[in-house]
Amino acid sequence: MSAAIELRGIEKNFGNVAIIRNINLSIAQGERHALIGPNGAGKSTTFNLISGYMAPTSGSVLLRGDVISGLPPYQINRRGLSRSFQVTNVFARMSVWENLRCAVLWSTGQRYAFWKNIDNLPEVRDRTARILADISLTARRDVPAGLLTYAEQRALEIGITVAGGADVILLDEPTAGMSHAETGRAVALIRRLTEGRTLLIVEHDMSVVFGLADRISVLVYGQIIASGTPEEIRGNAKVREAYLGEEAA
Amino acid sequence: MSGITASAAPPLPAAAEKLRFYASWLVAAIVLLLLPKIFTSGGSTTTFSLMGISIIFSLSYNILLGQTGMLSFGHAVYYGLGGFLAIHSMNIIGAHKLPIPLPIVPLIGGLSGLFFAALLGWVSTQRSGTAFAMISLGVGELIASSALILRTFFGGEAGVSANRTKLLKLFDWSFGPQIQIYYLVAAWTLIAVIAMYALTRTPLGRMCNAVRDNPERVQFVGYNPHVVRYLAFCFAGFFAGIAGALAAINFEIANSAYLGAEQSGTVLFATYIGGIGFFIGPIVGAIFVTFLSLGLSDLTQVWQLYFGLIFIAVVMFAPGGITGLLMMHRPLLKAGTLGLVLPSYLIALLPTLATIAGLILSIETIVHYTVNPGDDSHIKAFGVGFDAASPYIWAIAAVLLTGGFLVARKTWTFIGHAWDGATSIAREKGIAV
Repeated sequence: MSAAIELRGIEKNFGNVAIIRNINLSIAQGERHALIGPNGAGKSTTFNLISGYMAPTSGSVLLRGDVISGLPPYQINRRGLSRSFQVTNVFARMSVWENLRCAVLWSTGQRYAFWKNIDNLPEVRDRTARILADISLTARRDVPAGLLTYAEQRALEIGITVAGGADVILLDEPTAGMSHAETGRAVALIRRLTEGRTLLIVEHDMSVVFGLADRISVLVYGQIIASGTPEEIRGNAKVREAYLGEEAA
Repeated sequence: MSGITASAAPPLPAAAEKLRFYASWLVAAIVLLLLPKIFTSGGSTTTFSLMGISIIFSLSYNILLGQTGMLSFGHAVYYGLGGFLAIHSMNIIGAHKLPIPLPIVPLIGGLSGLFFAALLGWVSTQRSGTAFAMISLGVGELIASSALILRTFFGGEAGVSANRTKLLKLFDWSFGPQIQIYYLVAAWTLIAVIAMYALTRTPLGRMCNAVRDNPERVQFVGYNPHVVRYLAFCFAGFFAGIAGALAAINFEIANSAYLGAEQSGTVLFATYIGGIGFFIGPIVGAIFVTFLSLGLSDLTQVWQLYFGLIFIAVVMFAPGGITGLLMMHRPLLKAGTLGLVLPSYLIALLPTLATIAGLILSIETIVHYTVNPGDDSHIKAFGVGFDAASPYIWAIAAVLLTGGFLVARKTWTFIGHAWDGATSIAREKGIAV
């Protein structure tokens, strides 16, 4: 069985500066994989390269064995890979319901239909309602996304990401800026929504990382210096030196 | 799962609500039918025809600006090309006695608009924002200038004319009298408005809104924002073409002014003043601007100056347009606190009007001295005659303008306070403001 996501010799330069230097990574289907590393290590760039937001300078990204690097983001999304953003990236003037519905449309085969009444599509309606209930925003259904609280916007961000039913989910710092209680709820939500799917998550909160991930990769200066189970990472001397340091000690 | 849908999804419209929805279209149709019976003068029939054309054109523009977030400076290209193709079709149909009646001609105009939008739109819709605006301006100038060069098609300065009565007669209607043209325009307006409303309620229509709000994120829910923008552009071109064809039928002529920057500016103006955030906004704007442009041009020489002032005032103080201004009051109406604000409006009305009167007086006096200083100084503006050379008039203008403004500014703060009070009560009642 081919890996859900595979990165082969990925490099990314911005001008003369090498941001990503030869990353090789394989994530099995159904695995929850965390990408950690200090600020500026290239975690978000890696996400951008996988999701098609940027094209790698060299190397290739494979989704279930097919090369996807070089494809535009919407084609990668249609193949079942969906990502969230570190900075909340929703449709601010549209209601929560409309936000989620837009995220459901393509996967239910609506394409660019201009001959169908959007309120008369039972499948779209059911799936949107299910996601809305999943992210516990039912009470805020008709509120414009731009007026939600920060934690609610983060929940909506995750909702939009999973709404299309993609089986490979990339979450970029989903709990950043949340209180302890909010983080706990967000982790439970992520665990529930990514059940049976492949998850790649960038996260700074180590309790989230070690509580959620099956495997962890550590990215430092554009290179993966270690990859393994949480126990292996915790015990890895190079990781402790480069990044975890005090926390693991 | 259906349980979740029932509890989480917005309720489907009940039968009564659906009925009310269709009834409102029926009422619109009846109003359109009866309008010329109420306002019987020939002038008002012409005005209503122009309003209908402007409504279609403005709504088509709002598919771009309000729905998809694309600011076009060249939308008249598709209006004008629709008009020219309609004129040429009328001439061809008339000359060859083809079995095509006049009511079909707007469709030819629409398809022409669609064709040219599909042809010219692919490149310009790659990006929204400044790039799109600049390309639309460039294409607009290109087509408008070629209208003066390609004389065989565009007829040069004079344009191309046609006789609308030479076409196949339908139900004994010759479409000579203006009243028959009014009904033709009214029918097409109703059809186009319903079609454009329906478009907002389709998957494409909703993705247009998503592209407006956040084109980047659209790519990550499986949609290509370029295709969404392109399709919106094609629809906008189609309906603009219908409007242009109706204008060509109405005037029996198409000339280069149809395609030009002024026409593109007017539609932006009407749409924005009406309010781009609401479906009915452009309808309100089209009616208001048509009425104003016909009315003001009789009342004053520099009516375009007043247009500009109104536009600036709307952009600065009411970015939601007339409709946005009215819709702001809806939560207060629901909360029953509208009565708290209305008195403050009445208080502010008099000094505000005085300021405006002072402004008008100053403008007209200055215009007299800069445009025709040699003429008789007894001028007439807005139906009121006065002596522009009289120092008393200058004094009155100065007092009204400065005094009015100073008082008006105070009364505007009353509105602010009353508004704060009314909205906070509404919020306490749980009504979103």
